[in-house]
Amino acid sequence: MRLLLFLLAFASVPAFAAVNVFACEPEWASLAQELGGDKVSVVSATTARQDPHHIEARPSLIARMRAADLVVCSGSELEIGWLPLLLTQSGNGRVQPGSPGYLEASRYVLRLEVPTALDRSMGDVHPGGNPHIQTDPRNIAKVARVLAERLAQLDAANAASYRSRADSFDKRWAEAIARWEKQAAPLKGVPLVQHHKGFTYLIAWLGMREVGNLEPKPGIPPTTSHLVELVDQMKQAPAKVIVYSSYDDPKAAQFLSQRSGIPNVMLPFTVGGSDRAKDLFGYFDDLLARLLAPLQ
Amino acid sequence: MYRNLWCAAALAAAVLPAQAQDPAREEVKILQQRVDELERRMQEPPARQQSENAFNPAVSAILNGVYSNLSQDPNTYRINGFVPTMGDVAPPRRGFSLGESELGISANVDHLFRGTMIAAIQPDGSGVEIEEAYLQTLALSRGFSVKAGRFFSAVGYQNQIHAHAWDFTDQPLVMKAFLGGQLNDDGVQVKWVAPTELYLDLGAEFTRGRGFPASDPNKNGAGAVNGFAHLGGDLGASLAWQTGLSYHVTSPRDRAYEDPQSGASNSFTGSSKLWAASGVLKWAPEGNTTVTNFKLQGEYFRRKESGDLTFDPAGVALTDGYASRQSGWYLQGVYQFMPQWRVGYRYDQLDSGSTSIGLVDSGALTAADFPVLAGYKPKRHAAMVDWSPSEFSRVRLQFARDDSRQGQPDNQVFLQYIVSLGAHGAHTF
Repeated sequence: MRLLLFLLAFASVPAFAAVNVFACEPEWASLAQELGGDKVSVVSATTARQDPHHIEARPSLIARMRAADLVVCSGSELEIGWLPLLLTQSGNGRVQPGSPGYLEASRYVLRLEVPTALDRSMGDVHPGGNPHIQTDPRNIAKVARVLAERLAQLDAANAASYRSRADSFDKRWAEAIARWEKQAAPLKGVPLVQHHKGFTYLIAWLGMREVGNLEPKPGIPPTTSHLVELVDQMKQAPAKVIVYSSYDDPKAAQFLSQRSGIPNVMLPFTVGGSDRAKDLFGYFDDLLARLLAPLQ
Repeated sequence: MYRNLWCAAALAAAVLPAQAQDPAREEVKILQQRVDELERRMQEPPARQQSENAFNPAVSAILNGVYSNLSQDPNTYRINGFVPTMGDVAPPRRGFSLGESELGISANVDHLFRGTMIAAIQPDGSGVEIEEAYLQTLALSRGFSVKAGRFFSAVGYQNQIHAHAWDFTDQPLVMKAFLGGQLNDDGVQVKWVAPTELYLDLGAEFTRGRGFPASDPNKNGAGAVNGFAHLGGDLGASLAWQTGLSYHVTSPRDRAYEDPQSGASNSFTGSSKLWAASGVLKWAPEGNTTVTNFKLQGEYFRRKESGDLTFDPAGVALTDGYASRQSGWYLQGVYQFMPQWRVGYRYDQLDSGSTSIGLVDSGALTAADFPVLAGYKPKRHAAMVDWSPSEFSRVRLQFARDDSRQGQPDNQVFLQYIVSLGAHGAHTF
């Protein structure tokens, strides 16, 4: 009992913030911080160094989930291996699917690669489409509006603050997108190989061309035979760049790079994936800088 | 679809004049919102004709099979020094055999409850066993949740994990000796998660006591009670830990067992109290489990039983006091050294401790009449390597030297596959 009191006294989650936001991925944590300012207390369940498909349902995450007022996740079954468990174990009725405290970002954007047939022999495909929507800034803008409204709904007293911050973000973001699109003009039509289908939205936004994946099937780690095939393919029709994310094992990309002479680039998967990707703005600045570098 | 687009365009056009006094920016914003809304609608699946099917629950099937090469006959399996649990604890039969096929069905019942049913279909046609079938609350708040039905008891750590998710082919000896393999019981579980940054939960289970260490008493109220607590957290980004403590109490009546060595039948009536302490530590560089990760897991069980032991209840039916204090533990480590590949080692040890049998102490019978209860310290070494081409399939090779039987070490080789079809639920920490 004394231990319990001790824990309650010293380890309690600070209660002064109006809305506790539990973000499954850093991009949504960063966005919630942008829109909520000091009215929210935000935690991210994962980092850009972690594969969001494979996260342990750790006790610390259950404890954070219990304190959450709003859960923001990519959805489209990205978190199917751990989020449902956190939700049922937390004993927190405010954030269950269907309640205002639960927001799946991918529901509010146009999803790519929605499979027409579902079969596990095709690898780890998501019935709802590719879940890695954060790599297209236009998706971030769409989710921002929904998220601001949700914050306003949950914390009506500060609704005006959320809306004005959303307007300000919207404006700055639109300007940034215009800048990025101009900057990325040389990337249009550029062929690339990516490790996982993690940057599909980025590729679609910039009009690049994906000509191969290091993974033989989505979610299946690269195999030697598949990499050798890619080496042959690159001899026929070389890509300009090979990209892998901040959580991928760089070995496969380096192997193909050495064999084919095509430069390989690590791209931050989300906010926090590189030194420059400190927030959402820095994230896209860095993505473009890294993609453009090998073309110069 | 196109009609929708036209409608929206017409609507947008109709709205525009009304907004004429606002800056052009505002118009663009409204149009943008409508386009977004249309985009969102376009990707919604077309309305289904058979709406009843749309609510079908998630269905999963687990298939597993094993090839066993054993130096001892599994039909003579026993854990010397310990009361036989009469549970399913022996190694699989020699040669090829199909393990239990698991069929799981789960779905949200409504906005308040979630239902889960997992049935184990026995390969030899002996029927279907309900492993778990429970409902779970969704909407309670303040950290409370309630489970009702049949579920794996929160005794120790691994008891709550389904066999297909175990890191070794078989369960630790402590589960075999103290829980009869795996303890699932019918009843109610209440759990509370504390509002702390450090994870803390407290819970209690009130159950019928349908199997070992209980004896399925025909009585009102709870036949077994289990209290538990877990504490867990992170140590930096790379390490996560959890510890647990549980206390299971029951009062078996006429809990019968057959001595595998003498063939005599005996029964126990009294109280059985079991403490279980567990610890799990998981490491992955910066929490990224894709390439390498490590899991360390250990449990310590301690049981005290006291009451009366009856020798040959159907025949001579001699009864006198019985008391035992027994314990056991295991420690295992599993290391993923490259994607898809893991190696693991486990060490098990039990201590039959002190057992006093009144019938022997009084001279009515001799220790030779209770051969399986003679003091012994069973141990086992197990090493495994497994390959998981995807998260839905796994092939495992395990070697073990099992000293559960006194003086008859069993050298075991298992080659096993486990695959999962359909929905694949999340795994606990």
